[in-house]
Amino acid sequence: MNKEIFDMGRIDIAWCPGCGNYAILKTLKQALAELEILPANLVVVSGIGQAAKAPHYFKTNVFNGLHGRALGPAVAIKAANPSLVVIAESGDGDMYGEGGNHFLHTIRRNPDITNIVHNNMVYGLTKGQASPTSPIGFKTPVQVNGVFLEPFNPLAVAIALDASFVARAFAGDIEQTKEIIKKAITHKGYALVDIFQPCVTYNKLNTNQWFKDNTYYLDDSHDPHNRIEAFKKAIETYKLPLGIFYVNEDKKTFEENVGELTKSNKPLFEYELDMKKLSDSIERFKSVSK
Amino acid sequence: MKGLTPDSRSDVSVVLCGQAGQGIQTVEKLLTRILCAAGCNVFATKEYMSRVRGGANSTEIRVSASPVRAYIDRIDILIPLNKGAIEHVADRISPETIVLAEEETVSANAGKLSNVINVPFTKIAAGIGSAVYSNVVATGTLAAIFGVELQTVVDYVKQNFSAKSPEIIGNNVEATKAGFKIGAELRASGRIKIAGTFTAGVKNDIFLNGGEAVALGAIAGGCNFIAAYPMSPSTPVLVFLAQHAGEFGIIAEQAEDEIAGMNMAIGAWYAGGRALASTSGGGFALMIEGLSLAGMLESPVVVHLAQRPGPATGLPTRTEQADLELALYAGHGEFPRIIYAPGKLEDAFYLTQKAFNLADKFQVPVFVLTDQYLIDSYYNTPPFDLSGVKVEKHIIKTNKDYIRYALTENGISPRGIPGYGEGLVVVDSDEHDQEGHITEDLQLRTRMVDKRLKKLELIKKEIEPPELWPAQDYKKLVVCWGSTYDVVKEAILRLKRKDVSLLHYNQVYPLHPETAGFLKKAETVVIVENNATSQFGKLIKLYAGIDIDKKILKYNGLSFSVEEVADGLKKILD
Repeated sequence: MNKEIFDMGRIDIAWCPGCGNYAILKTLKQALAELEILPANLVVVSGIGQAAKAPHYFKTNVFNGLHGRALGPAVAIKAANPSLVVIAESGDGDMYGEGGNHFLHTIRRNPDITNIVHNNMVYGLTKGQASPTSPIGFKTPVQVNGVFLEPFNPLAVAIALDASFVARAFAGDIEQTKEIIKKAITHKGYALVDIFQPCVTYNKLNTNQWFKDNTYYLDDSHDPHNRIEAFKKAIETYKLPLGIFYVNEDKKTFEENVGELTKSNKPLFEYELDMKKLSDSIERFKSVSK
Repeated sequence: MKGLTPDSRSDVSVVLCGQAGQGIQTVEKLLTRILCAAGCNVFATKEYMSRVRGGANSTEIRVSASPVRAYIDRIDILIPLNKGAIEHVADRISPETIVLAEEETVSANAGKLSNVINVPFTKIAAGIGSAVYSNVVATGTLAAIFGVELQTVVDYVKQNFSAKSPEIIGNNVEATKAGFKIGAELRASGRIKIAGTFTAGVKNDIFLNGGEAVALGAIAGGCNFIAAYPMSPSTPVLVFLAQHAGEFGIIAEQAEDEIAGMNMAIGAWYAGGRALASTSGGGFALMIEGLSLAGMLESPVVVHLAQRPGPATGLPTRTEQADLELALYAGHGEFPRIIYAPGKLEDAFYLTQKAFNLADKFQVPVFVLTDQYLIDSYYNTPPFDLSGVKVEKHIIKTNKDYIRYALTENGISPRGIPGYGEGLVVVDSDEHDQEGHITEDLQLRTRMVDKRLKKLELIKKEIEPPELWPAQDYKKLVVCWGSTYDVVKEAILRLKRKDVSLLHYNQVYPLHPETAGFLKKAETVVIVENNATSQFGKLIKLYAGIDIDKKILKYNGLSFSVEEVADGLKKILD
């Protein structure tokens, strides 16, 4: 399938020239095309921020919700209609800051969704404050002496929670990132893809060149089924590994668990209330049982 | 020794009082069902502390030949289960109150109680095998006092414990019979006189509480998704739906917080589900950003808001009607909404059912505003009539040119969902164009605001009318809303005046357009509200232009009693 199927034509894009978001958008469209996922069968859920605008820039069903709140709707959408491909896509501030609690509990639920996080280690749309992943010492108009909070480590947290797929990519490497995204989408269960990207306007430290100099790809010697090794890789700080850190295919998805409870695999829009059962339920409130 | 006073013989109030964990609920559950099965009208309500064990809780069970649906202060029979119980309900004990108790429970207060009958419930239970049977002994005694047939009691006890071992069932039956024997002797001796609490036509009734009525109403509305965080007093709705998940195919998830619960509910509606958000004040405060999201996305959502006293954590297990303004004004920005406030259990069922249809039809949030008193109060009522119940779906199958926010004459854009049809469904919390994409076209912004607000005009055509009772020609009018319905109604009956009517609102917003007309007809208008600032009075002033200056307000955490509303009305009206 050609990735042009996702093209919107001439649209006004609100990203800065040179932003890493362009590369991520292009890569995602290519990955989706190669997986033959049709726009009508895809839902991209996002929060707020520059990264969260991404679903407006390609053909897909879109749920652009609130800041930090992409994951709840994504879980619900997938549960309501498991035949949809669901991607939750936002930035580091949205997913790890405002939405941190949902990040933890969505991993615990293990819905079959892909969670793409544009991680540029800074707040762009609010003009350059620290993000949860900003490095210690990073100076901003608010963190005037530099960041002194321990940076949030999304991969280590995800592996600690036994997330079923944990990967990190770099926006500047379209080919590798595309392969990681494809694996994440085809993986059954929750898949985190944290994507390093430069912010050309507000992050003068973690530039394109900085990422190139400070990252390396995990090679075949890394066993992604080894959780301890995956955790060790996740807490490496220099250089920062890229690739698939951890995979656990042996987990039931949220939709599978829910389906066992509801004894249904139909999408909710096809739901028909069984009036006989309702009537029986009401009858059960009679004191004299029949 | 006095018996029950003559005028209370056929309308008896039994109060059980003791610590959390002492089994008050077992007696309440068994006795209320047994009395219903025997043909009595039964009402039960509880007040309890926010703790798992200890403290002092009480349950009132009213039994009568005619329907009883309201809390009264009067206690005809008191069963204190611990030493602190008498103190806890001291204000409600009169010389006529009969106290059925173990000697040691009341010995400290013996001088203050004129009517004590000692019954060694625990000793009898211990003789059967364990003190745990004392609640069943007490159930047997009370059932016999009311003149229920032994077989009816034994049958229900067997049915209730049917999942237990034969030995435990046997012990419970023995405990029932032992308790029944004492009650039968008391009845025969004339020490307790109760007559005429039975009536025909009750045996077919259902006996349930407000939480169950809301949950059944949700199911009847086609609810197939709930993600909620437990919070008193809303929790029973989540529990009921979770327990019926398999039977009805309902996705029931315990959310990590109310923020997630609300956002999941909106996500579920987006993908074709019919979702309920259910919570109480503090939890709803967390949902408010999501409520505003529903306003912007034009997403249907049904919110069950079970009120309890605030601010903040307030009194977690108590009741209040102080979140009306919260529901009315919740959410940044301007968007239409509907607020129901059921007064009766049947209304809780039908209005929750209707909430789902109207949420879907108008693509707006619809509130069902209840409170702890309604949620935790039980009474018998005829089974809900399902003949008019229909799940109305307003989803369309999209074509490839589908746009979510088409500007239409009435403001309602046909709502498609992803995965049903060839179109794309784009929704955005930002201001958006007709396709749903983010925009800063400020002319379009104005048109989109107008489009969203226009729906209120359609909503106003379907407002539930307030109930005027009993007389159309009145000089004095008592206004109330939500759960106070039956308390105020019974209080008005007690006044025995022909010039007083009740005007009760099941839907508080939008306000019914005839409100000003109803109020202007009266010489005197009194408003009764379970809050401190007369929130509904303020709403009436805002939308009907009438200031109601005579108010009966209560905000100590308890519901009104019939007596206090009657006294309050007498002071104002006489």
